[in-house]
Amino acid sequence: MSDETKSTETVDLWIAGTEESQFAPTDEGAQEISAEESESRLDAQFGRVVEDDYLFDEVVDDGERMIVNMGPQHPSTHGVLRLQLELEGEIIRRSKPIIGYLHTGMEKTAEGLTFSQGTTNVTRMDYLAPLHGELAYCLAVEELMGVEVPPRADAIRILMTELNRVSSHLVALATNGMDIGAVSMMIYGFRERELILDFLEKTTGLRMNHNYIRPGGVAADLHPGWKDDIAVILEEMPIRFAQYDDLLRNNPIWLSRTKGVGVITPEEAIGYAITGPALRATGVDWDLRKAFPYSGIENYEFDVPLGSKGDVYDRYRVRVDEMHESLKIVEQVMDAMPKGDYRVDDRKVTPPPRARIDESMEALIHHFKLFTEGFKVPEGETYVAVESPRGELGCYLVSDGGAMPYRMHTRAPSFANLQALPITMADSLMADTVATIASMDPVMGDVDR
Amino acid sequence: MRIVEKLVAEFEQVTLEDSHGQDVARVENADWLGFASSAKAAGFEVCVDVTVVDRMRSRPERYEVVANLLSMQHRARLRMITTAPRQEPVVASLVPLWPGADFAEREAYDMFGVVFEGHPDLTRILMPDDWEGHPLRKDFGVGSVPVQFKASHQVN
Repeated sequence: MSDETKSTETVDLWIAGTEESQFAPTDEGAQEISAEESESRLDAQFGRVVEDDYLFDEVVDDGERMIVNMGPQHPSTHGVLRLQLELEGEIIRRSKPIIGYLHTGMEKTAEGLTFSQGTTNVTRMDYLAPLHGELAYCLAVEELMGVEVPPRADAIRILMTELNRVSSHLVALATNGMDIGAVSMMIYGFRERELILDFLEKTTGLRMNHNYIRPGGVAADLHPGWKDDIAVILEEMPIRFAQYDDLLRNNPIWLSRTKGVGVITPEEAIGYAITGPALRATGVDWDLRKAFPYSGIENYEFDVPLGSKGDVYDRYRVRVDEMHESLKIVEQVMDAMPKGDYRVDDRKVTPPPRARIDESMEALIHHFKLFTEGFKVPEGETYVAVESPRGELGCYLVSDGGAMPYRMHTRAPSFANLQALPITMADSLMADTVATIASMDPVMGDVDR
Repeated sequence: MRIVEKLVAEFEQVTLEDSHGQDVARVENADWLGFASSAKAAGFEVCVDVTVVDRMRSRPERYEVVANLLSMQHRARLRMITTAPRQEPVVASLVPLWPGADFAEREAYDMFGVVFEGHPDLTRILMPDDWEGHPLRKDFGVGSVPVQFKASHQVN
């Protein structure tokens, strides 16, 4: 009897599909690819806007086409990228990336955070190169305020961002390897990345999302003994890079999967506003660190590695060469690290030193005001761009004279690079899709923001 | 004479401003595409970014459409800004000139509801298709959204 009474108790358990949800299911209808499209949409999806350099000469089984959905939950889409591909046998004819699955409204969030809180927000955009996002944001804030940071802060910023570039490229290399089937490359890439993340953690306190570069300088000085840690990195890394070359550079499987795959021409790259290693792999000599130098990077000597064919292999080579160049910069910064303060001596943006707070009431009030109200930034607008590992990372900042940005827009390099996927994938094999995506190195946090 | 000054001199309605050392061209809405194509012909071969600023309270022409151009050959940047009216904000699309403006204009449409006339595929990009409103407008409040899996917490 007791069993029976128990079984009549209702449990309000919602099972998917049993009853109608009161909320309309989200649907990407108009954003998706469809069998019938207008001519202008087809041009974009076939990747023939700038130039149509692909030929329909492959043998196709009885002209049957089907649209295949790839992602958003797919291990080789680097997060939540969704692709719709129209296939003819094994060949991709047209494709369309569908994004927005990681959209969290960070530009809206930025309008509700003070300028000093804003770095916590931007650091979470491109989570593999957080320091570059912080740098672009802080440079924009400093430009609006007319603040000049001391030389040591500039040098620390360059040191940290170049180390960050190496760690980001290591992940690009690792995931590129994993997607093509070189799984050991994945393990090696992530292992070496830890070396750099350990260094970043020692100084900033966090492995990722550092919130280290602040308007007016950096949050803390480099940790004691940082030179020894850098020396270890500088000694260790080239050995590991040589091992990667042994593993990949003459590996026939790697070469056949990457050479001639996912080709972008220079005209297409410029037309589609592709920046970063993907642009330089096509042979266009364009690096913001050379063209519009920031934070005193013009004082250090380095080369801009270029490719020639614009295929997956060239992008891989450009990234490897860039890591060598970044280490060169790091070595120069280490030798020439200026002495002095790591943040600007301007009480408007810089909080008082911790020791002063214990002894001075005014310092306590000052500290409190700075972190509750924030500082006011004069009215104006500016666009500042830095060369992130993925390309031009720009920050368009508008202030109305208050303590919070009126508008903060991030020009995300992955976002712009991603729109070129149809031109790189059109008329290529389905199996090359993952190699192409990985070589563009999109970070979905950066794409969707 | 710099390339930007030469470019602006061609247009009577366009004014050149200096914003923290950066060149900003204020363009009439009707001249938007014409000025853009002259800029492209003058050497600005990359359209880096297109975005919108909502000046809801301060300007009668509510939306400011901002395009950042880049010239690799002249190592120059130019920002062109135009306005779009409060009712029916429409501006010409830059996609016919620079295909790279595609995603940026879709994002601007999605976030602000500014219509880019001549864009081949003007659909939402970051928000779901059935989303109501344009989130980055200043009159779109920050709030919570009911979650689809709401009923599951009723499990005893």
